[in-house]
Amino acid sequence: MGDTLKIVVLVKHVPDAQFDRHIGPDKTLERSESILSELDEYALEAALQVSEARGGDKAGNQVIALTMGGPDAANALKKALQIGASSGVHVADDALAASDAWATSLVLAAAIRNIGDVDLVLTGMASTDGETSLVPAQLAERLGLPQLTFASSLEVTGRSVAVRRDSETTSDVVEAELPAVVSVTDQINEPRYPNFKGILAAKKKKIATFGLADLGIDPAQVGAAGSLTRVEQADPRPPRSAGTIITDEGDAGIKLVDFLAAQKLI
Amino acid sequence: MTASSVLVCLETVPEGGLRKAQIELVAAGRVLGPVSVALAGQAPDTLVRELGELGVSTVYTPGDADLSSHLVAPKAAWIAAVVAADQPSAVVLDNSFEGKEIAARLGVKLDAGVVTDVVALEPDGTAHKSVLAGSYEVRARATSATAVFTVKAGAGEGAPAPAATTAAVKTIEVPADAFERAARVTSRTERPKSGRPDLAEASIVVAGGRGTDGDFGPIEQLADVLGAAVGASRAATDAGWIGHDFQVGQTGKTVSPQLYISAGISGAIQQKAGMQTSKVIVAVNSDPESPVFEIADFGVVGDLFKVLPQAAEEIKRRRES
Ligand SMILES: Cc1cc2nc3c(=O)[nH]c(=O)nc-3n(C[C@H](O)[C@H](O)[C@H](O)COP(=O)(O)OP(=O)(O)OC[C@H]3O[C@@H](n4cnc5c(N)ncnc54)[C@H](O)[C@@H]3O)c2cc1C
Ligand SMILES: Nc1ncnc2c1ncn2[C@@H]1O[C@H](COP(=O)(O)O)[C@@H](O)[C@H]1O
Repeated sequence: MGDTLKIVVLVKHVPDAQFDRHIGPDKTLERSESILSELDEYALEAALQVSEARGGDKAGNQVIALTMGGPDAANALKKALQIGASSGVHVADDALAASDAWATSLVLAAAIRNIGDVDLVLTGMASTDGETSLVPAQLAERLGLPQLTFASSLEVTGRSVAVRRDSETTSDVVEAELPAVVSVTDQINEPRYPNFKGILAAKKKKIATFGLADLGIDPAQVGAAGSLTRVEQADPRPPRSAGTIITDEGDAGIKLVDFLAAQKLI
Repeated sequence: MTASSVLVCLETVPEGGLRKAQIELVAAGRVLGPVSVALAGQAPDTLVRELGELGVSTVYTPGDADLSSHLVAPKAAWIAAVVAADQPSAVVLDNSFEGKEIAARLGVKLDAGVVTDVVALEPDGTAHKSVLAGSYEVRARATSATAVFTVKAGAGEGAPAPAATTAAVKTIEVPADAFERAARVTSRTERPKSGRPDLAEASIVVAGGRGTDGDFGPIEQLADVLGAAVGASRAATDAGWIGHDFQVGQTGKTVSPQLYISAGISGAIQQKAGMQTSKVIVAVNSDPESPVFEIADFGVVGDLFKVLPQAAEEIKRRRES
């Protein structure tokens, strides 16, 4: 297929949804028990498949995992390297905490430009903590690249990229020329797990760390100060009041209907 | 932000007139101030009249340009041009994939803060939304001169009644470079519609999970006597028992019907993310330890293959007697 590809995969380090997640008094998310965002595993898998179809690392293709986040976010990169990414880039700076999508996309776009000559940027459909789905479209806008988002399939042929994207009413095929930004849904593939060989190989792979100064970004443009949205209040949803639980003794269907009738739902 | 005027963005409008969701979107805008509309398609007279009745003062159109041939970018470029002409203090879009992505790009073009997934708006621009799979309720706002909101159905509740007017139609040219570097839509297939109510808008949803073991018969039967939409967990859609369109949850649809009946679904956090704001939750599950019972108003520990058909028959019987 000729030329090789340099693919950047965005991976976010997020609190594990299996545990209770909390917003602290400073209105930001408490970042303990964090993992590589599950929805970004699909982007990494897609990147590896595209690379492998062209001979993978051996043939000169690269899959570079990129994250922006505190010191711990390096763990998301390590996991990505174990799964199969070629190298990692970590943008870390104290000023970055509490950045919204606008500030996050500013930094990630600068990091992608800094990596240079990128053919394909792959992201998840949403971060499992922020859940805005804003960052991929903002990256496309900032980088001036075609946007192919919410892809449930992805095909790269030569320098063309085609994805399937479903809306409420239609199923579309969307195409562009590389370089491009693609976000993928959890319908696109089955992400692989790291295996023993991958875990060993990851120890030799490199993670480069950059601060804001390296990217030429003014700290006033990021973090809570630079963000254009502000959370004013965050309250845990009041737990639903305990309901009635019955065990079926042959008439539960009828009792269920009694309940619906009492609630005026039928 | 004190909203002096609001731009509401509408996708193409069906022949029969505005959809319910579009009327609600205009109402959401009205909470913040007087509304103009950016309509990403043609504006027939009947539609302009309908918008006037909703109090819309100006309808902007892109003339004859077809904005749907490419993904998102040209629409965002055109709406940015409308914003430049109209100078609204807030832009309101729907909370679909496309709405959020237009909002995202407007955020960069206008240096505007974007708040997504808004369930309620206040006149001063405070937006309410839930985060972390529905476990927190948050009040947020944009601190920029222009605010961008993507809103869910119902966000316009409490909007002032519209003062009917005659809407002026203005054409705003699509910027010459709007299609440059945009991804082309090379094929478009209409998706089949089920005869049942739409999942996102239905007032009752009956959803099945792995516990159905692939047989959605009891789910569909109960849904049909209730006039309900059918939903599913990801375990059921991943198994191919039912289409992904029916998935409720973090990576499926978010629903908040009057009644959600969950059957053979354990109630994982990602499933709860899509349904825990339902008014009344009923759960049928054979495992008493299932986390779904923690959020159920009425729970049955039992076999869905027995309980659901019995309930469906009982409803029919009561209606007939
Ligand atoms: C990134 C990510 C995104 C996800 N997004 C979603 C999403 O959008 N929506 C979603 O639903 N899930 C989502 N999931 C998956 C989620 O974590 C769960 O795996 C899934 O919801 C489980 O589906 P289930 O409850 O049907 O299956 P299970 O957890 O296997 O539960 C089946 C239940 O059926 C009960 N049962 C079995 N037989 C019967 C019977 N005869 N009668 C009554 N009860 C019976 C069992 O007791 C059990 O509780 C996501 C996961 C990840 C990692
Ligand atoms: N801090 C971050 N570091 C790396 N990638 C990110 C970050 N924030 C968002 N992304 C990427 O953007 C996607 C969408 O995130 P969001 O817009 O926050 O929902 C995620 O799935 C990631 O791929």
